[in-house]
Order: sequence, then structure tokens, then C-alpha cells
Amino acid sequence: MVAQLIKMLPDLHNIPLFDATGVNERIDRFCKRSIKKNSKASGLKLALSMVDLTTLEGKDTEAKVRQLCYKAMHPHDLLKDLPSVAAVCVYPSYVGIAKKALEGSAIQVASVATAFPSGQSKLSVKLDDTRFAVDQGADEIDMVISRGAFLSGNYQYVFDEIAAVKEVCGKAHLKVILETGELDTLDNVRKASEIALYAGADFIKTSTGKIQPAATMQVTYVMLQAIKDYYLATGKMVGMKPAGGISTSKIALQYLVMLNEVLGERWMNKHYFRFGASSLLNDLLMQLVKLDTGAYQSPDYFSKD
Amino acid sequence: MSATENNPFNASWTYDKAPESTDHIQLKEQYELFIDGAFVKPLKGKYFETINPSNNQTIASVAEASSEDVDKAVHAARAAFDSWSTLSGRERGKYIYRIARLIQERAREFAVIESMDGGKPIRESRDIDVPLAANHFFYYAGWADKLAYAFPNKTPKPLGVAGQIIPWNFPLLMAAWKLAPALATGNTVVLKPAETTPLTALKLAEIIQESGLPKGVVNILTGAGATGAAIVQHPEVDKIAFTGSTAVGKYIQKTIAGTPKKLTLELGGKGANIIFEDAAIDQAVEGIVNAIFFNQGHVCCAGSRLFVQESVASTVIQKLKERMEHLIVGDPLDKNTDIGAINSTKQLETIKDYVEKGLKEGGEIYQPVCDLPKKGNWCRPTLFLNVSQSHTIVQEEIFGPVLTVQTFRTIDEVIDKANNTPYGLSAGVWTQHGAKIFHLTQQLNAGVVWANTFNKFDPTAPFGGYKESGFGREGGLQGLRPYLKFN
Repeated sequence: MVAQLIKMLPDLHNIPLFDATGVNERIDRFCKRSIKKNSKASGLKLALSMVDLTTLEGKDTEAKVRQLCYKAMHPHDLLKDLPSVAAVCVYPSYVGIAKKALEGSAIQVASVATAFPSGQSKLSVKLDDTRFAVDQGADEIDMVISRGAFLSGNYQYVFDEIAAVKEVCGKAHLKVILETGELDTLDNVRKASEIALYAGADFIKTSTGKIQPAATMQVTYVMLQAIKDYYLATGKMVGMKPAGGISTSKIALQYLVMLNEVLGERWMNKHYFRFGASSLLNDLLMQLVKLDTGAYQSPDYFSKD
Repeated sequence: MSATENNPFNASWTYDKAPESTDHIQLKEQYELFIDGAFVKPLKGKYFETINPSNNQTIASVAEASSEDVDKAVHAARAAFDSWSTLSGRERGKYIYRIARLIQERAREFAVIESMDGGKPIRESRDIDVPLAANHFFYYAGWADKLAYAFPNKTPKPLGVAGQIIPWNFPLLMAAWKLAPALATGNTVVLKPAETTPLTALKLAEIIQESGLPKGVVNILTGAGATGAAIVQHPEVDKIAFTGSTAVGKYIQKTIAGTPKKLTLELGGKGANIIFEDAAIDQAVEGIVNAIFFNQGHVCCAGSRLFVQESVASTVIQKLKERMEHLIVGDPLDKNTDIGAINSTKQLETIKDYVEKGLKEGGEIYQPVCDLPKKGNWCRPTLFLNVSQSHTIVQEEIFGPVLTVQTFRTIDEVIDKANNTPYGLSAGVWTQHGAKIFHLTQQLNAGVVWANTFNKFDPTAPFGGYKESGFGREGGLQGLRPYLKFN
């Protein structure tokens, strides 16, 4: 029952409200699930397959990006039957390098764009930025919303901007970063999610990783609920990407429990859920090796790229 | 299982068993009565068995106190009263504080035994029952030397021997609610735990013995209704504190009429949980779950009557049904269990009878699909839709995981319906508008009204009911008063 996708800013006066205390209570229940044995092994592997291995630094170099791509394809060759990560996420100037390095693999190249991370530029510059990344071969675009415009109540501007970027993306998937660390309240997170979903996002994403707090379970929960309600209203499945601050397997499993109990199995794959992270990968590998051998190994046995 | 047409959000990642280990707990095969600081055999030599409701296996045999044993215990309490009540508040506080610390030290053991004996999920006994029980002792330890400040210009004095009878839904926690204020105010106690859940009270007796509390100050007698009746009828008992069913509460009130005995009753309830259209709906749904499925619904203050504003009713019900799909019913000792075992076969029968009655009276039932263990007492979380105030299941306390759902249109209507019950223990209000919350808290006849949450307990907050839910308050400064006289 996919509805006609006429893009219109939704009525933001009538969207569900969120109560922080109640949200924390629900999160508490997710975190108390005890994930052991087979469910742990399958959860860790699933999390691994969902990682967007990321480097977004001014000091990035071509060689660094190439190393990261190799790591993405060969996370830990000593362990058999490991999935590769979902994507490598870089700045637009490295998209070409990453694309070439990942040739022949199923790993996607994601590029941040639209004057990342602040988004403080004019629309034409943002569209050029996006176009450049797409031309370089990016499979996925991670854009940022204009938080200033959002906080001043100019929702139409935010909506139009996302819709314009989506158009430039063409076949590339669009992830819309809300930068929840700057949105102040859970109700604002819901409102921004609503705008992004109806403007055509393929994924909604919590953070750039440049602002604290980055991803939290609270904002991710609110965004998952928005995705759920959007699905119920339109029949369209949209993905979710918490990014920043998810550095351990334990936290990753808690996010998966939440995903499992809010959106369920159709979202439990890399097409609809990603972890924007870098250090998480080695922790997942350490836990998987521990499950395999029964003993923790020194971090020195896991490559740092 | 795959995502079905009915539920596009079906969860297929199932969690492997994660049982809490039981190798650290110490249980005896047979438990005696705790009288005058020692564990003694019952005079008539009778014992009964306490059963694990999740597999119907016997855990231990427990002494059954006869009226002669009650007499012995009351005399021990009477003998201990003079020195205990004249001990300085500061010294009494030290003993109570020590009991609290000892509970904390053995928290894991208490949690496991509580779940084995009563069927509640380990998540709740570990995170709620046991820590709250310790907190009650800590809190009242603090009051012991400050009674003069709690009641200025009033010279508070203890009553004497308190007979305390507690229920099976929160065995250790209810013992703490009863013992802590009685001891802080200088009374001595004869306490009877429920016959289906005596073990944590007996473990508490071991702690009390270890704490060095003067002998006779606390006596713990196990047994069924007859033991309770003997305590209520004993002429040398000065005060009765009872938590349990309204029927037994009425019996107690009749029995002690015309005697100088003081009484507090904390009885049944049929709490109204009211969801307004301007509530945070997803959190309200979580609140409904906490209100009725907490402790298998064996909660006197459970939010067992749901009222949803008509404009959001279909959304709330759909979300609630979907949330219920994720509730895991099963082994109380598994850390992932949300709903444990029904406390006794008898209670399971009661719940089943009500469910049948609900169906017979035309209610529309909803229960999620979930596997139940073969052995033991289990009940799926249950909703009844299309019911009205006239339905039996809306009027009577079921004391199980059964929720009745009604809709309303206006504020006055829902206040009317919420108060239209013989009970008056608890209520919940869900709205993001503060003014509406205050309006309802003034209008609802309930001892506690939770706003945007449900089933939250704290030793500093008084708890108790109106109407047939009882009288007297437990917890907080108000919880001291029923154990004191002022003259």
C-alpha cells in the first residue's frame, strides 16, 4: 500500500509527543535484556555487517582511506565466516579513492556532503557538494540538516533543502543527519525526523560525530518510532543510523535489542540499519574471537587501520 | 517465524536462555518458627510445603504455627517490649540500619529465593523488591532517633506488640514495610508471612538473628489463615497491621471491634489508568504495561482498569497489542523474563474464572502468541476490550495480568468512571499538560495518583488507600503514626 509520494511538509502540530522519563524506562528494559550464547554470536555478526566504517578528519589522506577500505573488506581474516562491513564513510574528496579500493566488493561508499558537519552554507554550495560526491561514485550521501533554520522554526526551509539534495542524489541513497546533540529535546528530534522522512530520506541518522552527545539510545528510540509511524502511514520502509559514541559490543547489542523490539526483523539488516562507528569494529571482532576460542586476546592481535 | 501481514514489526531475533545461577543460595529442607530470638519447632509438630510455582516442585517444608505458638510469640514480644521501647532511638536505629546492610549484602540470594518461592521475574526481585526492602529499613533507621521532631510537641510513644500479617505478592518488601516503622517507633512484633511465600521472611529472620537484635523484638511465625486469626484474636496484641484481600480485612475489622486494638489495613484495588489524547502515547503504552503486567498483575495498586480517550483509542490499543508481543512469559529466574509464574494454583484458578466470566459477559479478549512452559502456573498477558463499568471483570479485583479497556470522551466522564468503584488505592494520569494532571489528582479518590508513570515506590512516600482499599499509611513520615500513641 505504497501511497502516492507527493512531497509535502507534514503537519508538525499533530505529531506524537515524547516524555523523557518514560523513554528512559523503555530504554532501561532494552538494556536489561541478557544476550548470551548463540543469540550473542548472531547479534555480533549482524552488528559487524551493519558498520559504516568511518573516517572524517581534516588530516585524512589517500593512504589512510585505502587502508580503511582494506580493513572493511578483511576485518579479521583469522576468523572464518565473517561478514564484511556495510560501507566506508568518507569526505567527498576521498570517494574516488574509496570506490577504487573497494572495487569488486559489495561494500558501499558513503560520503558526507552539504557543508558537513555544520551545514552552514547556501543551498547551491550544498547541492554542488552533493553532486561532486555523487559524480565521484558515492553510493550513499550523508547530508546534514540546517539546525539553525530548524531551531528558528523555519521547517519549510529544512524540508525543501532535504528534498533538493535528494533530487541531486539520483540513485544514491540519502541519509539525513539530524545532529540530535543540537536539537535540545526529544520532541524536536521527532519533529526533525518527521521532516526528513517526508522530504524523502532513505535513512535518518543521529549525528555527525562532531558534536556531543552523539548517538544515544533515547534519540535513536524516538527516531525508530518515527520510522515505524511513517511506515504505518505510507508503507515505505526507511533505515536508521545511529552514529558516534557506539564503541563497544555491549552497547551495539543493546541497540539491536531495541531495533528488534521496535521495528522487528525486516529492519534487522544492513539495508535498514547501520552503525556509524570506527572503534566499534575491533571490539566486535574481539568479542567474536572470544566466543570462538573462549579467551580474550590482546588488542594487539587486531589491526588498527 | 517471519514477518506476517498482521504484524509488520515481528521480531525474529530470540534471546537464548540467561538464567540467574542458583548455586550460591542457602536453603534448608525444613524451616522452624522464629520465636524469642531462636528457631523453634512448632508445638503441635505440623509442617506444610512451600512450592515453586514455575515447576510445582517443593522447595522446603515450613512450620505451621498453632494458636499455642502464637501465644508463645506474643509473650516473647511482650517481654521484650519494656527494654526495647526504652532503648534510645539512636540504638534502635543502629539495629535497623544493620538489618538493611545485611539485606544488601545478601541481595542476590534474596532475589533468587524470592523468584523461586513466589514466581516473580528475577529482573523485578533483583531491581525492585530487594533494593526497596533494604531502603525501607535504611529510611526508618533514620527516623528512630527523630520521633520528637516528626511529631513536635506531642510526645510519641510506642503501642506495644504489633501483629503483622503480610501477603504473597511482595513477600520480603511487605515484611520490610511492616517491620521497619514498627521497630523504629519502639514496638515489638509478631509477623506472619503468607503461606505460599514464607521463605524470604524466614531468611530475614536469620538476618535479624545475625544482627543481634534483642530476642523477642521480632518473632516470625509461618502458617495459613488460622495462624493469622490467632494473632488477630490474641488479647495481648495492641495493634494489627494487615496487607491483603478486602474480604480478610473486613473479617479482621469485625473481629477486633470493641477491643482497644489499633488497626491499619492495606487491601485490594482496581486502579484506573487514564490516557488522554495529549499524552506521550508510546510512553503511555509502556506505562500501561508497567501498570498491569508488573509482578504478573499481583499488585494491589495495579492499573487494572484502562481508560483511553476515544480520539486516540485505536492507536493506543494497536500499539499496546504490538508491545505485548514482546513480553516474554516464562522461567522467573531467566534474566529476560518479563512475566513470571502465577503465584499459586489457587490464584491461577481465580484468574481463569475471571477470564471465563469476561468472555461469558461478552468481552473481546486479546492475548499475544507466546510459548508457555509445560509445567507450572502460567497466564498470558490479557486484554479485555468492549467492556463497560457493569462488567464483573471491570468491577472486581482479579489480581492477575488481565487488563480491561474502556474509552471515554470528556474529563468529567472519566473522573466519574474512575471513582465508580468500591476501591480507592491507585490511579494513573497520562497527559503532557500539567494543569490537567493537577485537576485530576484533586478529583480522583485514590491514595496515590501517578502522573506519566505507574507503580513507582519509594520509602519516603506514604502509601495507602481510600474506601475499601483500607486505611492508614505506610512509608514516609506518615508511616510512623500508626505505630504510635500521643499522650
